[in-house]
Amino acid sequence: MTDAKYFTTTKKGEIFELKSELNSDKKEKKREAVKKVIASMTVGKDVSALFPDVVNCMQTDNLELKKLVYLYLMNYAKSQPDMAIMAVNTFVKDCEDPNPLIRALAVRTMGCIRVDKITEYLCEPLRKCLKDEDPYVRKTAAVCVAKLYDINAQLVEDQGFLEQLKDLLSDSNPMVVANAVAALSEINDSSPSGVPLVEMNAPTINKLLTALNECTEWGQIFILDSLSNYNPKDEREAQSICERITPRLAHANAAVVLSAVKVLMKYMEMINDTEFVTVLTRKLAPPLVTLLSSEPEVQYVALRNINLIVQKRPDILKHEMKVFFVKYNDPIYVKLEKLDIMIRLASQANIAQVLSELKEYATEVDVDFVRKAVRAIGRCAIKVEQSAERCVATLLDLIQTKVNYVVQEAIVVIKDIFRKYPNKYESIISTLCENLDTLDEPEARASMIWIIGEYAERIDNADELLESFLEGFADENSQVQLQLLTAIVKLFLKRPADTQELVQQVLSLATQDSDNPDLRDRGYIYWRLLSTDPAAAKEVVLAEKPLISEETDLLEPTLLDELICHIASLASVYHKPPSAFVEGRAGLRKALPARGEGGVASSSVETTSAHPSVIPSHDTLIGDLLSMDLNPVVQTAAQPASGFGGGHVDLLGGGLDALLDVGGGGGMSQAAPPPGGGGLLGDIFGLGGGDQSGATVMPKVLWLPAVKGKGLEISGTFSRRNGQIYMDMTFTNRAMQTMSGFAVQFNKNSFGLLPAQPLQVPAPLTPNQSCEASLPLNTTGPVQKMDPLNNLQVAVKNNVDVLYYACLVPMHVYFVEDGQMDKRVFLQTWKDIPTQNEVQYTLTNMSHSSDSVVQKMQQNNVFTIAKRNVEGQDMLYQSLKLTNGVWVLVEIKIPPGGSVYTLSIKSVTVDVAAGVYQAYENILRS
Amino acid sequence: MIGGLFIYNHKGEVLISRVYRDDIGRNAVDAFRVNVIHARQQVRSPVTNIARTSFFHVKRANIWVAAVTKQNVNAAMVFEFLLKIIDCMQSYFGKISEENVKNNFVLIYELLDEILDFGYPQNTDSGVLKTFITQQGVKSQTKEEQAQITSQVTGQIGWRREGIKYRRNELFLDVLEFCNLLMSPQGQVLSAHVAGKVVMKSFLSGMPECKFGINDKIVMDSKAGKGLNTDEQVRTSGKPVVVIDDCQFHQCVKLSKFETEHSISFIPPDGEFELMKYRTTKDISLPFRVIPLVREVGRTRMEVKVVLKSNFKPSLLGQKIECKIPTPLNTSGVQLICMKGKAKYKASENAIVWKIKRMAGMKETQLSAEIELLETDTKKKWTRPPISLNFEVPFAPSGFKVRYLKVFESKLNYSDHEVIKWVRYIGRSGLYETRC
Repeated sequence: MTDAKYFTTTKKGEIFELKSELNSDKKEKKREAVKKVIASMTVGKDVSALFPDVVNCMQTDNLELKKLVYLYLMNYAKSQPDMAIMAVNTFVKDCEDPNPLIRALAVRTMGCIRVDKITEYLCEPLRKCLKDEDPYVRKTAAVCVAKLYDINAQLVEDQGFLEQLKDLLSDSNPMVVANAVAALSEINDSSPSGVPLVEMNAPTINKLLTALNECTEWGQIFILDSLSNYNPKDEREAQSICERITPRLAHANAAVVLSAVKVLMKYMEMINDTEFVTVLTRKLAPPLVTLLSSEPEVQYVALRNINLIVQKRPDILKHEMKVFFVKYNDPIYVKLEKLDIMIRLASQANIAQVLSELKEYATEVDVDFVRKAVRAIGRCAIKVEQSAERCVATLLDLIQTKVNYVVQEAIVVIKDIFRKYPNKYESIISTLCENLDTLDEPEARASMIWIIGEYAERIDNADELLESFLEGFADENSQVQLQLLTAIVKLFLKRPADTQELVQQVLSLATQDSDNPDLRDRGYIYWRLLSTDPAAAKEVVLAEKPLISEETDLLEPTLLDELICHIASLASVYHKPPSAFVEGRAGLRKALPARGEGGVASSSVETTSAHPSVIPSHDTLIGDLLSMDLNPVVQTAAQPASGFGGGHVDLLGGGLDALLDVGGGGGMSQAAPPPGGGGLLGDIFGLGGGDQSGATVMPKVLWLPAVKGKGLEISGTFSRRNGQIYMDMTFTNRAMQTMSGFAVQFNKNSFGLLPAQPLQVPAPLTPNQSCEASLPLNTTGPVQKMDPLNNLQVAVKNNVDVLYYACLVPMHVYFVEDGQMDKRVFLQTWKDIPTQNEVQYTLTNMSHSSDSVVQKMQQNNVFTIAKRNVEGQDMLYQSLKLTNGVWVLVEIKIPPGGSVYTLSIKSVTVDVAAGVYQAYENILRS
Repeated sequence: MIGGLFIYNHKGEVLISRVYRDDIGRNAVDAFRVNVIHARQQVRSPVTNIARTSFFHVKRANIWVAAVTKQNVNAAMVFEFLLKIIDCMQSYFGKISEENVKNNFVLIYELLDEILDFGYPQNTDSGVLKTFITQQGVKSQTKEEQAQITSQVTGQIGWRREGIKYRRNELFLDVLEFCNLLMSPQGQVLSAHVAGKVVMKSFLSGMPECKFGINDKIVMDSKAGKGLNTDEQVRTSGKPVVVIDDCQFHQCVKLSKFETEHSISFIPPDGEFELMKYRTTKDISLPFRVIPLVREVGRTRMEVKVVLKSNFKPSLLGQKIECKIPTPLNTSGVQLICMKGKAKYKASENAIVWKIKRMAGMKETQLSAEIELLETDTKKKWTRPPISLNFEVPFAPSGFKVRYLKVFESKLNYSDHEVIKWVRYIGRSGLYETRC
């Protein structure tokens, strides 16, 4: 007879029978009975009633029997806590057993019994076992600390087990080290405050790296995973750890390889040595490719991770396209993931091969796979311009197959192709229209309707086609309804003569019969636009659409960075942060270390932290920007075709026509260059002009950190050159996708500062590229007093989003060139201004002579009217005029050889004094 | 970490259920059965998330092995571990089947208790496990024996025990390569790679240090000195080299030494083990070439001609050649003529199976088939699966060569040249497919 028989006992009175067998004197019978009990437990029968009888069998010298009884105990102790106490004695005794296997077994099992009373008894044996002479017992005890922490964290801390565990990190046995690391990592992760209870330091890390070479594959994983939580203190340390980890890439265990990749990917962020990074990335590709020849389940995990790695560092696998070709027998989950990566790796160099593969896939059986393949063909067209024509031809072939889901999928991607290459492939519209009846999925219907509306002037029967959709308006998906509404309005604007009835019909359907607020709102806005100003409606609805970006489905950069820190783990498989699927525990979000030296990083942090108080909340800003939009005084909007005008329309349009904006919201990628040379030219003049070179320009400060700017980083400053104020900015793209369609707007501000030209940013801005832009400004805009006075709120828009930030305009850029007052007028004015309008400041640590002060200030349009010497002190009298016509009079006392100047500022509007003082400070210190 | 481990039969009945963590309840067992095993749709992913609980599964034959967790575990590790458990069970009791699992459930529980502690994998080497998980009940072990076991389970050389003695020191090396190919109908190589492994079977006394040398390009380059490119080297030394894209080693190989000195040194486990795995993509000599010609004659007839060419030294013999030519689902009859071997239409597999026992190098043979089709009105096109080929050849298609394997055992008095060594090369087909 074999053990399988235990699974089939279903007699009545079974429990009773087992009870008597358990109490039998014969050892053999006892053993059989316990086996039966375990088998019943496995299939889900409740055998807890046998608890005392089973526990009685615990006192045995038969190890196999003992293990079975322990198994039973672990399952039922919680439901029978009082009786579980009966077992304690045996455990405590076993922990003293001469056989290390039994000592370990006892301490291992005891930790799994979650009964408070037993836990109390566990502490002493555990303490001994942590110091046991046998490594097997120590490695088991190390894990037991984690078990105990899970039951009673306070107890572990009180009893000093954490210190003991930490000591085990220096154990001579590598497996003990590995288990201690695993236990510590878990305890750190679950610490309620999110602050690690035991910090890793350089010596500990060194020990771990030594143990790494010697322990089992699983131990290597524990160590590597815990290394990925460590932040090296400098670049050198990161490099040396990387060097010691790279050999792990040749390990046969995929998890060791992936964990090593995780550590390398994270530390690489810290390393500026480009050669080192290049060598490292070259070493990463082969092991990643090798993972694809493992078992399909491991392949799946590897592919999900490769998807992340390719997004973060596209170079690593750019030559390895072929290994991602789908095999006929791959499981479907592997096929779908491979396809995803193929699209990401597609480039001009390999597009021909990729396309012919995709064409093969589009004839396969699995519906999801085929759909994805069709979609991929469209993505290739968008990504690689040279292949667009072939892709479109392939898609047309596929449409001819008349396979329903293939046709629908093809139409969805063709819509995107139209967006990317306007006025190129519209000849195929008639073929698309033939398939109108077969479309039953909302996305395909919406896409088709969009195409009809967009090209209404070329489709003779567009009105009939749209009308046919309108019949079942109420039953359509809201996506289709919105699209239909927009399409019909477009049609009306293009062919107003014969479509009035249609548009009325759809507007009334949308506004009166629908209870979908989005649809109703859009309907009302169209309606009002059409009834008040059809020309404006045309500009809004038929506005030139922003181009869609090449890459789609990219993860958000911050999420991507977080996931890179979780390579190999479940988070990287789900492509979701752990908080999305792990319950309870707060845990710290992981982030990649900041690149570059500490000094630079911290200084930029300081500058940003000085500002946040002046950044207004988003909604007030948006409100202001919108009201400014509607203000007809805005001069720069005179040319609607220019980028700035486009920006206006889009700010509105973005809200109105979300569908049009899918995939990108930039408004001005095709803006014509402004007449008379751009800001860049001005920049060159400004730099070259000799007399102006002395004008003070503050160093650029970080205005918009990439974290807040969805990957866009802006730093900048203001300057005054040739009587014109410039905003000099550096745009840096820290995101993974290219950015384009930049536009800028200012909120109302104290000096009516306004862009004089549209923003000129050479688009597209590719990832990690920076570019300079110099924006000429004038001061004719609407005025609103800000606090502080020189605060400026700016909105910058690109294809990603509208971004807001605030910055301080240094006052001296407002000092105009004709700020020299006549001597007598100066005297008179000085007297006329009441003394309460005089403000005194001191400038400390100055080392200028009065002459150099005169000269420096002159270069910034502060003019010295008179100079006196009173009791050895130099007194300077200076005047300046602000762009808004406010005069400011200044008296400076310069003691001989002294470093403290006294500044008295007088002005009718005393509010400016603080700013003027700041300007003096800036100029004289520059 | 892993919260629990379940084994089910194909019906979804639990055969083994072991819970390691408190956050996994009994209902998890049922959740997996209902949502995955009994799911109406085909499984779309080996990882399933049900109510914030993640299930990893591997299916072998009719047996499902599933790991459960509520934490953000290392997913690669979980799968590697599940595969290791299956390996381990196989080495204890052979094939994984419902029968075998039920018969050995006590053993499996004992194993699971040993190799997974609180969800953390421990030593899973079946060779070592077999020294103390024996199913023999109590074994009166001496203190020395016990100490030896524990030092082995936790030791630096966890894969070999001390005190092994053989009268004849002997070792066998098998270089086993799987040649993978995807070829277009026009004969263009779409992708080709060789996945190779070196399997070693050693019967050596003591704790021998082994050094293994191969004709890897990097090693040969560093030996020959720099400045020579591969072609020159081939000319000068007369020995071809192999460009290995990537290789992986058994845990006994000292990886840091390989990284720095490119030398493969190790103390081998006793008996059989996989020393290294490697992958090459350059200069693969493809042993066979399949040239398909498919012609659809009207709606009810198809003509297929397949030419098979062998492409290696005429003195060598290819064996176990089997060519599988897929046929449409509506095939009603097939007439076959082949010059060599036997060909048969197998309706159950929807394919013509053409078997050739032996074929020498540089030969050519062919098969022609006329396929009659039933008239159908299904719109679905036949997707023409690729023609696949299986074979075995007595050489390594990648050009991989063993240069030496030296054995050093300082404590015992036998020297390298007293060890009897055997090397064998086998090239097999992996996925060897030609589209038609």
